[in-house]
Amino acid sequence: MSMINYAAREINCKIVYYGPGLGGKTTNLEHIYGKVKPDTRGKLISLATETERTLFFDFLPVDLGTIRGFNTRFHLYTVPGQVYYNASRKLILKNVDGIVFVADSQVERMEANLESMQNLYDNMAEYGYDLTRMPFVIQYNKRDLPNAAPVRDLQAALNPGWEPADATKARVAPDPYHAGENLIDQLPSGEWVEHVPYFEGVAIAGDGVFDTLKAVSKLVLKALA
Amino acid sequence: MNPGAATWSFDEQDLNAITLTVTRFLGETGAHSALIADRAGQLVTTVGQPLNFDPTVFATLTAADFSANDQLARLIGETDFTTLFHQGEKESMYVADVARRLILVTLFDNRTPIGLVRLKMKPVVEELTAHLDRVISRSREGGKTQPNILAGAGDEIDELFNW
Repeated sequence: MSMINYAAREINCKIVYYGPGLGGKTTNLEHIYGKVKPDTRGKLISLATETERTLFFDFLPVDLGTIRGFNTRFHLYTVPGQVYYNASRKLILKNVDGIVFVADSQVERMEANLESMQNLYDNMAEYGYDLTRMPFVIQYNKRDLPNAAPVRDLQAALNPGWEPADATKARVAPDPYHAGENLIDQLPSGEWVEHVPYFEGVAIAGDGVFDTLKAVSKLVLKALA
Repeated sequence: MNPGAATWSFDEQDLNAITLTVTRFLGETGAHSALIADRAGQLVTTVGQPLNFDPTVFATLTAADFSANDQLARLIGETDFTTLFHQGEKESMYVADVARRLILVTLFDNRTPIGLVRLKMKPVVEELTAHLDRVISRSREGGKTQPNILAGAGDEIDELFNW
């Protein structure tokens, strides 16, 4: 739930990085922490096990600039990816404003990606949130690995699209991040489908990390406008 | 189904009312500081002596603590735990739920008896709930008393991310 504090002149929003275990969610936050100016971010908090697996969440607050005199403060969270931590995952999703799904591009992890995506839909639905109508982007991480699945396969599996929530959106909308591709498109059958923006990433090297963050943050603010 | 979580906003008047209530509570109990966060972990305000730690992080961890304890409560057949108490050697904290929307964290040292904090907490929570009701009802009315500060700001938002 975004919170506007008129006294402090701050807009606070919550973004959650979701996805299968060892997919790179924490690595995204670590890269952001290392790259943004220290005066625009807080501490990176990790509630992790002794083996550095996320137990509850990682948390990083970042300020992404000022708009109309209000500081935009984004609270970035990761969830534990391991299947059996679902209770913790669900807690972190409460009052979320935007979601980043960090998929592991490795062919062997396709099943885990699908399971995590389904779990995301289910957990959001339990809170009464409609994932298809809120700020949501996908990052295909680990694109540098030799066993990375082709992006079109990942798109077909994880971002097949859904019917646009609003009938007025039934018109071609180009994907601003990929020339020649569309976010909203008409299938040969005549049906309209809407995809979420996606990004290719190598989070460990920082590739795609800020593109992903910028895209989801922008969607969150636009949802408020 | 909702597209997502709703938005709410605090204005100067809300924060002045909250601060006044909590300042009085601190005076009555001798507790040195208080912090108010929402249940999502976003800091609303701090009251009393300046805190010598990062309040943003503190707010997040407190909300997580509360949420985890809520789940523990359900496992033992309770709907929730409305208060939590963490006792340290010198510093302690008492955490109270406010209408399932906010969390009031009271920080005090060993000169303040916990019984006094407990005793004075109930009326403070009731008063904060009344303040909060005004915030919530205003949000439900579409924030009529505050204009949407981002209305029509599409281009400015694009510009903000032009880096």
